[in-house]
Formats: sequence, structure tokens, C-alpha cells
Amino acid sequence: MNFWLILRLAIRSLSRNPGRSLLTALGIIIGIAAVIAVIAVGQGASSALRNQISSMGSNLLVIFPGSSQAGGFRGGAGTQQNLTQEDSEAIQRETHHLVALSPVVRGGAQSIFRENNWATSLQGVNPDYLRVRNWDLQEGDNFTEADIRSGTRVCLLGNTVAEQLSPGESLVGKSIRIRNMPFWVLGVLAPKGSTAWGQDQDDVIVLPWTTLRRTLQNSRFNNFSQIIISLDSLDNLDAVRAEISALLRQRHRIATGADDDFTITDMTEITQTITQVSTLMTLLLTVIASISLVVGGIGIMNIMLVSVTERTREIGLRLAVGARRRDLLLQFLVESMVLSGIGGLIGMGVGVGAALVVARTNNWPVLISTHSILIAFIFSAGVGIFFGFYPAWRAARLDPIESLRRE
Amino acid sequence: MLIRLENISKYYLMGDQKIPALNGIHLEIAQGDFVAIMGASGSGKSTLLNLLGCLDRPSEGCYRLDEQEVSQLNADALAALRNRKIGFVFQNFNLLARTSALENVELPLYYTPGFTAAERRRRAIELLTRLGLKDRFHHYPNQLSGGQQQRVAIARALVNRPPLILADEPTGNLDSRAGTEIMTLFRELNAEGITLVMVTHEPDIAAYARRTIHMRDGVIQ
Repeated sequence: MNFWLILRLAIRSLSRNPGRSLLTALGIIIGIAAVIAVIAVGQGASSALRNQISSMGSNLLVIFPGSSQAGGFRGGAGTQQNLTQEDSEAIQRETHHLVALSPVVRGGAQSIFRENNWATSLQGVNPDYLRVRNWDLQEGDNFTEADIRSGTRVCLLGNTVAEQLSPGESLVGKSIRIRNMPFWVLGVLAPKGSTAWGQDQDDVIVLPWTTLRRTLQNSRFNNFSQIIISLDSLDNLDAVRAEISALLRQRHRIATGADDDFTITDMTEITQTITQVSTLMTLLLTVIASISLVVGGIGIMNIMLVSVTERTREIGLRLAVGARRRDLLLQFLVESMVLSGIGGLIGMGVGVGAALVVARTNNWPVLISTHSILIAFIFSAGVGIFFGFYPAWRAARLDPIESLRRE
Repeated sequence: MLIRLENISKYYLMGDQKIPALNGIHLEIAQGDFVAIMGASGSGKSTLLNLLGCLDRPSEGCYRLDEQEVSQLNADALAALRNRKIGFVFQNFNLLARTSALENVELPLYYTPGFTAAERRRRAIELLTRLGLKDRFHHYPNQLSGGQQQRVAIARALVNRPPLILADEPTGNLDSRAGTEIMTLFRELNAEGITLVMVTHEPDIAAYARRTIHMRDGVIQ
């Protein structure tokens, strides 16, 4: 008998008892549906987690200038003044996968509003800084490129600073003093909270870097404390690092083999943790779902054993009219494969449906990968073969005379 | 000779005890014969029929079916032999439930290599028509009378055109009218040259056969 014939016979004999076939396949349906739904929701959740952590700044690259060296005396990181506006522009122009870039000039000063004063840090940046840091304005507006060009005395207040200078009253549109010079408050930043290591990120005043350099620091130089860059995806981190490194080495004319005069840092550690957590999560869910598949397989074995017992006379008859033992083995094996295969297909539909319902109702992101669907289908056919073998073997071993005599 | 049994014995093992079922049987059945085997239950007539049907192998002795020694063949070869040379008719019909008459008749052909679906269907239609079941092709066994069911079973036995039909109490589950119909049919088939061997315990059914063999305690009387 060829395979198609056996397949057709199997389908026909299963369709003689559609109710029972469906019930038998139910275990597999649930198992496969669980695997697909769980993996989809799990992967969706882990990608949501990645996005969330990215928004906290894990997709950032920070470039520091190197350490200065004067006759055997080496300054610390960032003491050299070789990270310039031209470098920043070159990076902006020539690097791929870049979402936004901002130079940072650091400083500190006393800020005063009426009777209140507060010592805080200053961040001299360009308008893209808020995009890089994924930072929203609570009220007011950002400064613009024009402010950078002309070094206007405007600023954005961190939430802590605003609270300290003027509790309960908006400072937007008002004038505060920094180092005794008047500055217009254009906006107040949304609270960002502390960093993981306890530093208050809201205790800051953000202003155009040119204003900080020229007006507050009285400096003619266009060098930066750091350049901060956000990427489109963590996956491109290494590529972008390499690109920037090559670009800066070329611009700074560093000979092959000599050390970099800059440092690029990223959030690799955080990224690794995220990846680990999400892998672990998916693995855990998959294991749980797989258990339900095994249970479904045992259900199939059970019913196939019942079916073999019930159809003893049929088996005897088939042997009498010329079926070989291998024909019967194959017949029952294909029957359980068809059962679990069809169960797998229905399960896929149910699983995808369930995942979409979860996505719709809980507003969760859901990722349905063809990968997981393929694996689930192969797995379900495998379950059919594995758990169908014992009943099929029992059927093929029956004695024709005994079987025909059975009532 | 279609069937030649020489000194056939069959024992069953019960623990370490040998229970004899057949004791040195000699039997020859020619092509075209119609033989009824009679005997009390336990006389060995069913065992003999199973041996003739290649469902079982003798413990001792020689069985030649259609000039071929079969007592030493392996299981697959016996299956092929049953498929081509022997048609079975049972007391309880043994039709597949929830399966149409046509498909029941086609069943043996699934195990014969080289048949297309169309050929199987053609043969089944031909036989059912001949046995007067033209309007019952798509009926399930439980929608047919006993006599009709047995005729479907006979069509199944005939579908591969075997030289030999073995029948085990073919009228045992039928009323006398249906029984007579079946025996008339057997007579017709026999007249066409098909060899029939039939186990029965009813003398008036055995009377349809050309000759009757009586068995007792595993030997032919």
C-alpha cells in the first residue's frame, strides 16, 4: 500500500467517529495552542521590556575625550579637550543607525529665584538632547538651533530645581538668575527620577551649550565633556561603536596601533541582563507549554489503545483478507499522526487567535513567529508518531484467529 | 488437487501440556469441489478451517495449496496468499461498521498491489450488482438485513477472484429463507468452478455440498 492510500484510509476511519477524534485531538489542540500563544505573548512581553529599558537609556552611546598628559602627569578620563564641535558634526553626518546626537558641556552654578537659591549642575547641550535622553517637557518649550547659534540666555529646569526655586508656582516664562545672570525659563522637564545608582536626574538645568561655554564659562573653545548618542536599536550597538571609533581615529589622526584618545561607553551590562531575562522567560513558558503537549500525546495514546481494542475484529478481518502486520502498524501510526497533525493545525489557529485576543484586550504587544509555528507543528506530528507507536504495535501483533473470534 | 493435506497435526500448549486439536489429518479437495465439514464443537473443524485458510500453521505435516507448500511460509507470504487465493465468509459477517457496502467489498483489494481506485470500485460494483445489491451500494451494514449483509461479505470474498472460498457457519446468523438464498448462491458459484469449503452443524445446510466430511476428536471419520 502506498502512503497516500494509507493516509486516505486513516482519514476515512477517523471520520467514522468524528466526535471521538475531535476529543482525542483536543489535548494536542490545547497543547499546541498553549505553546504558540505563550511564546507569542512571551516574546511580545520581552520585546516590550526591551523597549521600556531602551527608553531608560540602554541604547545610548557616550563618547568621552581621552585623558590629558603633561610630562608624565596624566589627568583622568575626559580631561583632554579634543572632542570638538567638528567631531560631533562629523559623527552626526557619517554614522548610520543614529537617532539623535547631542554634545554635553558640564558645569555647575548657584541658581536664584527671588528669595530661593539652589546649587545645581548645568548641562550645556543642543535641542536634540531631550530626544537622546527620551525626556519629555512637563510644560513650556524646548530651545532651538537659533538659541545655539546666538548663545541665548534661556534654560530648561529639571523638576527638582523647579521645585526648589519656586514650590507650587510655574516658572515658565519667568526669569531666574544663574551666576547672577538672568535666564529665561523656557520649560520645565518631566520628572525622570533617580538613576540606578541613586543620582537625582532631575537636579539639573539644561541650556544651550554655547551659552554655557561662552557666557558662563567665558571660554572660546568648542570642546565637549561628552557626546551622547541614541541608536535605533541595541542590535546595532557594536557596529555603530566601530564606525564612530574609526571615524574619530581618522579625524584625530591616530596612527595604527596607537591608543584611542577618546572612550566610548555603552550600557552593555544592562543589555545583557535584558537579553538574559527575556530568553529565560521564553524558555520557562515554553517548558510549561511543552508539558501540556506531552499530556496531549498521552491522551492520544490512550484513545488509540482503546480504539485498537475496540477494533480487534476489524484488525482480524484485515489480516484475514491479506493485510500484512506492517500494513496495520502503518495504518494505526498514520491515524494517530493525522489526529495529532490536525490537532496541531487547529491548535495553531486557536493559539494565534488567543494571542491576538490577549494583544487586543490587554494592550500587550504580541509577536507570532513563523519559527514557533513550525516547531509546534513538527512537534505535534512527532507526538503523534511517538505516542501512536505503542498502540499501533499492539494492533499489528494481534492474532487473526483470536481477533476474529472476539465479540 | 487444489488442497492436499498430509498427516496434518495441530497441538496447543497449555502450560507444559500438549492439547491435540488435529491428529494426523489426510484430506484432498479437488478444484471445483464443494465440501461441508461437520462435527461437534471441539472436534477440530474450526482448527482445520483456520489451517486451510492459512491463518494458522500446522504443528506437523504438509499442506499444499494450489501446488504450493504453505506450511513453512512466513507471515507476509501467508498474507499475500490469503489475499489472492482465499475468500473468507464468516458467521457474523465481519463487515466494517459505518462503512458502505462498496467500501467493504473493496477492502481486500487495498492489500493487493497494483489496483487503482477506479478498478477497485468497478469490481465492487460488478459483484454487488451480480449479487442483487444494486440499490444498496452506499448502505452501511446496520442498514442491511442479515441476508444482505452476508451477500456483501460474499462479494468481498469474491472480489479478488480467488479459487477457494472458506465459509465458517455462513448461515448460522440467518433465518432459514436467507440461509437458503445463500446456499443457492454458493451452489451457483460452485457451478462456475469456485471451490467451497464450509463448516456447519446443520445437516440440511450440509446437504447443499457435494460431499460432507465428519470430524470427531481431531480426526476425519
